[in-house]
Amino acid sequence: MNTLLEVCNLTKSFTLHLIDGRTITPVRDVSFSVSAGEHLLIHGRSGMGKTSILKCIYRTYLPTSGSIWFVSRQFGRIDLNQADENVILQLREREIGFCSQFLRVLPRVSALDVLCEPLYRQQMDRATAQAIGKEWLERLGIAPELWQASPITFSGGEQQRINIARAFIARPRLLLLDEPTASLDEATKQVVIAMIRAAQAEGTAIISVSHDLSGLGPCADRQWTFQPAR
Amino acid sequence: MTLENWLLRVERLHKHFGPTCPDCHRLTGPDNGRSRCPRCGTVWACVDVNIQLEAGEVLGIVGESGSGKSTLLQMIYLALRPDSGHIWYRDEGEPARDLVSLNRYEARVFRNSRIGIVYQRPELGLNMRFSIGGNVAEKLLLAEWRHFGRIRARTTELMVKTELPPERIDDEPATFSGGMLQRVQIAKALASRPGLLLLDEITSGLDVSVQARVLDLLRRIQWEDRITMLLVSHDLGVVRQLARRTIVMKNGHIVEAGLTDQILEDPQHPYTQLLVSSAL
Amino acid sequence: MSEKIDQLYNFALLDEDAKREIRRKLLKAVALPGHLVPFASRDLPIARGWGTGGLQITLAIITPDDTLKVIDQGDDESVNAVNLRRLIGRTTGVATTTDTASASLIQTRHRIPEEPLRADQILVLQVPMADPLRWVEPNLERATAMHSESDYGKMWVYMYESVVRAGDLRIASQYPVMVNRRYLMDTTPIPRWDVPKLHMAETLYLFGAGREKRIYAVPPYTLVEPLQFEDYPFRTEYQPDQRCARCGAEQVFLTTHFVPDASGGRWVSTCSDAAYCAKRLAEAEALL
Repeated sequence: MNTLLEVCNLTKSFTLHLIDGRTITPVRDVSFSVSAGEHLLIHGRSGMGKTSILKCIYRTYLPTSGSIWFVSRQFGRIDLNQADENVILQLREREIGFCSQFLRVLPRVSALDVLCEPLYRQQMDRATAQAIGKEWLERLGIAPELWQASPITFSGGEQQRINIARAFIARPRLLLLDEPTASLDEATKQVVIAMIRAAQAEGTAIISVSHDLSGLGPCADRQWTFQPAR
Repeated sequence: MTLENWLLRVERLHKHFGPTCPDCHRLTGPDNGRSRCPRCGTVWACVDVNIQLEAGEVLGIVGESGSGKSTLLQMIYLALRPDSGHIWYRDEGEPARDLVSLNRYEARVFRNSRIGIVYQRPELGLNMRFSIGGNVAEKLLLAEWRHFGRIRARTTELMVKTELPPERIDDEPATFSGGMLQRVQIAKALASRPGLLLLDEITSGLDVSVQARVLDLLRRIQWEDRITMLLVSHDLGVVRQLARRTIVMKNGHIVEAGLTDQILEDPQHPYTQLLVSSAL
Repeated sequence: MSEKIDQLYNFALLDEDAKREIRRKLLKAVALPGHLVPFASRDLPIARGWGTGGLQITLAIITPDDTLKVIDQGDDESVNAVNLRRLIGRTTGVATTTDTASASLIQTRHRIPEEPLRADQILVLQVPMADPLRWVEPNLERATAMHSESDYGKMWVYMYESVVRAGDLRIASQYPVMVNRRYLMDTTPIPRWDVPKLHMAETLYLFGAGREKRIYAVPPYTLVEPLQFEDYPFRTEYQPDQRCARCGAEQVFLTTHFVPDASGGRWVSTCSDAAYCAKRLAEAEALL
């Protein structure tokens, strides 16, 4: 197997200084690995730290201990826990994508620009980026008259399609999906599953977390039920 | 592994205002919750500040008023001399220079060609008696542009880039709205194609929708021109939209530095936790 | 001609300490071409604003061997010129003249003589407003800092705005120039016609502003370059068809005055430099 990511003994604690310095540890001593082209679904009840694992990998959270080995195209095998911030930023731009539950955008920015943002960040020229963006919008079933409108005006399903597509468009090698199918209608769910399958076929490793197996369960290669730390 | 591609590196920068006394350091700083020494009245605006800006990145500086962030910005703009420390600047393919060692004239020449600044209040950055075009042209004139037609052409180009109506090139700033004046300031700051853009609370005092448009413009400029920016704001929302890395200042000290999403979602320092919890 | 010397006063009116102070400031001004040097402007028997700056320079540098010429608006016979000439003459006893070529020291307001000046002559200009930055920076302290850092962006914007508003560089007199590529300098109210005469000249030009207490200088062979745009160059007042109605000179600065006659009157242009015009007429007569 072509291991892309290897999480070893990951622990994440939060010290809440505003609540008498209390410490909580939602992730304790977690280990797993993912291979290129593989889709791992982590499920478990809400509020149990599944998302914390994803955020530790993406370094939105600073892991308390453990290692997160990633085989980078640019930097070789590196520990994301120890990596320099600039390396993390480079990886986010080119190799690791994260899709949150909600689309957070600036008002007035068009759907096309929101979708193309990861490509602009890679300094792709505007015309090329927008050509790619338009292909995606078509595939996502967003009506062309909406392309220049702000996604804020979109329906929930349409917003979520844009949100997820934004994570896919930069073709990362590792994609972290946080509850991607929560609150999706059936049609959109099928669109998302198709996106995941296409990315996998290109060799992208996917880790998704969900509280509900019915959504992505059928398309995951492996499922792992997350046991919350005591 | 690190990437050696920095543009600006601030090392052990200090700035205080006042006579100082032996108890200053014991009585000030974030742990004491004050930057003014209660014994001698000295204000410690920046204490041992170290930051590094990578070429092309946007770095956010957050903190409440009096945290020292504006003093830091003024020192980097070479408008205020630090007591000690270094401000290294490195043009691509050239050796680093310590900007602190420049004399006033050299500092001004450097500032004109390499640094653009946008202030919260447009009247600080613009001359309200000059036309819009004259304000934008000032940077070009300082850079020894001496062809009126070419100055007009470049000014028009900058107005289009910053979404200003070019036909209003000869109008007075007084006839422009707040959001437009911020864009005039941005056009002026960009005129000399600076390596570094300093943004000082630029969207405070603007309506939310106007604010969004200014932020969107800055993001586009950052993507298209790969311009390095230092963004000072007390508004975490603004920092989240623009900056990939953020430092948090309190009472003249940097209390936390990290990736912006990490600072906002997993703040480590008690003060940052307070800041984030009161903002969200 | 020479005035009867008045023995009541020290030679050249000013006391020797005052003269020494002015001479020192002049040396500094010559060493830093175009730089405004503050000096302790003395009270004189004429009011400030009537040429006291130029007068103090003249009094500080004049020697008994000098031949003095005083002109006001190009004219040796205007009231102000006559009074100043008399004052200097009576307190020094030096010879005075209206002939530019035979003068060693010339005090002037608003004009540089048409006849080319030589290395052995000194021209002293009376200056009403010394600092060209007053147009863009009313705060004197800030203006001084701008000079010290050669920070003339605002002045250039002023030039830019001049083109925007008037379609051209509409500055009639006091045209701003860069001296030695370092200091921005006001050319006093000399017309644009005279500005090129300052550039790489053989003569020492000294400027005195009595009310503003400033001295500055353009020593010989100094670069004096007017602020201009490549596509809106500096231009003098010269008109291709211009001609002095009296002496017929073409390459001169003209003044226009109204001459009444039987049919009501008409506008006539003649040389602003009255002595030059008279000299040309005398030469023409001599030829006849």
